[in-house]
Amino acid sequence: MGFEKFGKVNYTAETKVKDFVGFLDKGKIEGTQCRVCKKFYFPPRMDCNNCLAVDNMNWKEIDNEWVLVTYTTAYFAPTGFESDTPYILAIAESAEGFKVLARLSKEISQDQVKPGMKLKLVPVKLPQERIVYEFTSLSQ
Amino acid sequence: MSEVAVVGVGQTAFTGSCGVSIKELCFEAFKDALIDAGNLQPQDIDSSIICSAPEYDKQRSPAGAISEYLGLNPKPTFYVESVCSSSTTGTRVAYGLIKSGLNDVIAIVGFQKMSELSSKEVQERMGRGADIMWESPFGLSMPAGYALFARARMQKYGMTEEQLAKVKVKSSKYSVLNPKAIFQRELSLEEALGARPIAAPLKLYDCCSNADGASCIILASAEKARKITDPPIWIKGLGAASDNLSLANKPNLTGLTCSIEAAKQAYKMAGLEPKDIDVAEVHDCFTVAEMMAYENVGFCKPGEAGKLIDEGQTYIDGNIPVNIDGGLLGKGHPIGATGGSQVRTIILELRGEAGKLQVKGPEIGLVHNVGGVGLYGNVIIFTR
Repeated sequence: MGFEKFGKVNYTAETKVKDFVGFLDKGKIEGTQCRVCKKFYFPPRMDCNNCLAVDNMNWKEIDNEWVLVTYTTAYFAPTGFESDTPYILAIAESAEGFKVLARLSKEISQDQVKPGMKLKLVPVKLPQERIVYEFTSLSQ
Repeated sequence: MSEVAVVGVGQTAFTGSCGVSIKELCFEAFKDALIDAGNLQPQDIDSSIICSAPEYDKQRSPAGAISEYLGLNPKPTFYVESVCSSSTTGTRVAYGLIKSGLNDVIAIVGFQKMSELSSKEVQERMGRGADIMWESPFGLSMPAGYALFARARMQKYGMTEEQLAKVKVKSSKYSVLNPKAIFQRELSLEEALGARPIAAPLKLYDCCSNADGASCIILASAEKARKITDPPIWIKGLGAASDNLSLANKPNLTGLTCSIEAAKQAYKMAGLEPKDIDVAEVHDCFTVAEMMAYENVGFCKPGEAGKLIDEGQTYIDGNIPVNIDGGLLGKGHPIGATGGSQVRTIILELRGEAGKLQVKGPEIGLVHNVGGVGLYGNVIIFTR
């Protein structure tokens, strides 16, 4: 499965981290860790900006516990996402210090959404064999 | 080394649809700036820097087309881009060229004809303004990007939607006095607060409009400047900085790190402090962007922007008048032209030529121009 399958609309077909999508398909949220300096990355990357090692990373599952930092409810969408509105975009931070932007699951009702709430990332299968991740409540 | 001055400023009206070509649009702003610079002629220009956001252009490599139309060949011309801050980046580059002695007089022409594209095409490009690998696939837009900052500020500082609306109310009070502004209606607080949501908490009037327009700024070395105009307005300080494109990786979600850094550099270079500024133009692509700018350029402490707008301190008769030409919210935001338009307003203010929008006797002015969602920051300080 190539990276072009990541997300409802995707502009990046070729990347060194295309295997991320295969892991996601198996239910795993994987980052990469530099074999040289041990720096841990999520989202994953194959080039280390700390020690400049190239293609010298191990895939490693992340600690999937996140805290909501900020969010917005989008009523206006870029091309390809129009039929999804309204949807909530969120930034959350993990205990490992990663920060990531993703949608918040529509299963979480608007009045429950609050900065500080605990979240986890889960894979979501989309039509046409596409796949993405979204935040859902950690307790679910 | 020679000081650098602004000797001419020009701008077209910013409109929803200009009905002319990009070359014709630029010609109007260029001619306006030449006349403003005491009837300078095209042959007096040593180099031109053309600024826009290329994803809106049909013309490939617009600098060539525009330089030909303005009659500037064979003088060097090139293109500079940093999205919404393109023309202040062009100004920075021109400053360096003049300081180095390579050129004496440079025209910075910023333009955008956003109506060149259908709203569908604009919407598609909007989706690619985020990191296309890890953030665009979720449906992130510019308003949503700034809305994430707004929500974080509401959480941390207790900023309110009413305070955001007050920024637009101020903008509309001044844009109706600016014949070059797109928004020609004074808006009430109730109307601003009652508008439909775009990316909550941001509503329709929290967002600036796309527009067509061009601006032109002419810079000159001190020796040339004194011959061309009286009084020249001097560039005393410049700052420029960048921040992560990925929104999730911004070190700060309650202010723009690139603005803080650029402002610090500009004040240091000028030997000035925020309290010395008499009039300012800040990048208000969204109401929350203006509030963050108050703090990031040092007009108040972090978290106190709400108080500043509540007290009316950024109105024309306040402690620090900000965006009293309507700002981007009132003028419209033709991407590549915006920075040049901000510079023009500050130059007119410092010369005492701002008409109905004139602040009383300003000596020092500041321009703050941001590209993308807090991606590129430019701050420039001008003095009489």
